[in-house]
Amino acid sequence: MKLQEICDILCADVIVRFDPDAEAITACGSDLISDILRFIKSETVLLTGLPTLQMIKAAQLLDLNAIVVVRGKQPTKDVIEIAKNNKIPVLCTKLPLFEACGRLYAKGLQGCSEYTAQGDEHRAE
Amino acid sequence: MPNSLTYSFAVEAGDFNKGGDAAGKIKKILKLAGLPSTVIRRAAIIAYEAEMNIVIHSVGGALRLNLNPERVELIAKDSGPGITDVSLAMQEGYSTASDEIRALGFGAGMGLPNIRHNADHFAIESQVGVGTTLEVYIDVNVS
Repeated sequence: MKLQEICDILCADVIVRFDPDAEAITACGSDLISDILRFIKSETVLLTGLPTLQMIKAAQLLDLNAIVVVRGKQPTKDVIEIAKNNKIPVLCTKLPLFEACGRLYAKGLQGCSEYTAQGDEHRAE
Repeated sequence: MPNSLTYSFAVEAGDFNKGGDAAGKIKKILKLAGLPSTVIRRAAIIAYEAEMNIVIHSVGGALRLNLNPERVELIAKDSGPGITDVSLAMQEGYSTASDEIRALGFGAGMGLPNIRHNADHFAIESQVGVGTTLEVYIDVNVS
């Protein structure tokens, strides 16, 4: 999914600009850095309500495609500066995390989970 | 690449501004060395978690990278206070982080499990009142 489409679906403001052709294959929503480090895949956009310096550093380490800040929160100037310097696009939406993730998922953007048919069979037992 | 390269990074306790910088530098070094992206990603995650463990839980320490054609080795050593129950600390979801630390996005209880998950070799030794030493490596040619 193109980042522009993500931006439109979430009615998001662009805080750090992105390439018009940039896109993401998966998305992950979390406010816990170690969970992000464990479960996130490449070509991913992160949705979080915690736009901290450490979150940007984690995004940089994982080569994330973009960060979407939810719940109407605004990153501080130093966080924006570091995101710019590291070419990490940042979007801000007023939507809460669950709703933002739900909208993207409903439009076809997949999650990072490997919970697929096998998991469903397990659940049905 | 020379046979072996070693880099050391001091890590200050409680410094959340500089915390993660050593991991960023290690990632750059591994990129410049031309290692596979999967190895770089795993090493970066290990380095970050080890570095932030020192920032959050210790009184200070250091992170060392040993790089040779076969392995990416990371050693994190701190000066205490040590881990009371290492097997408990290895459990996913277990964390002793304070509410203040959790508010910064840490305390998922996944730090050491993430390190073990990404390492081909994992060893940890901790002594209460003395400190903790973590030694891990990634086999470059297996990943």
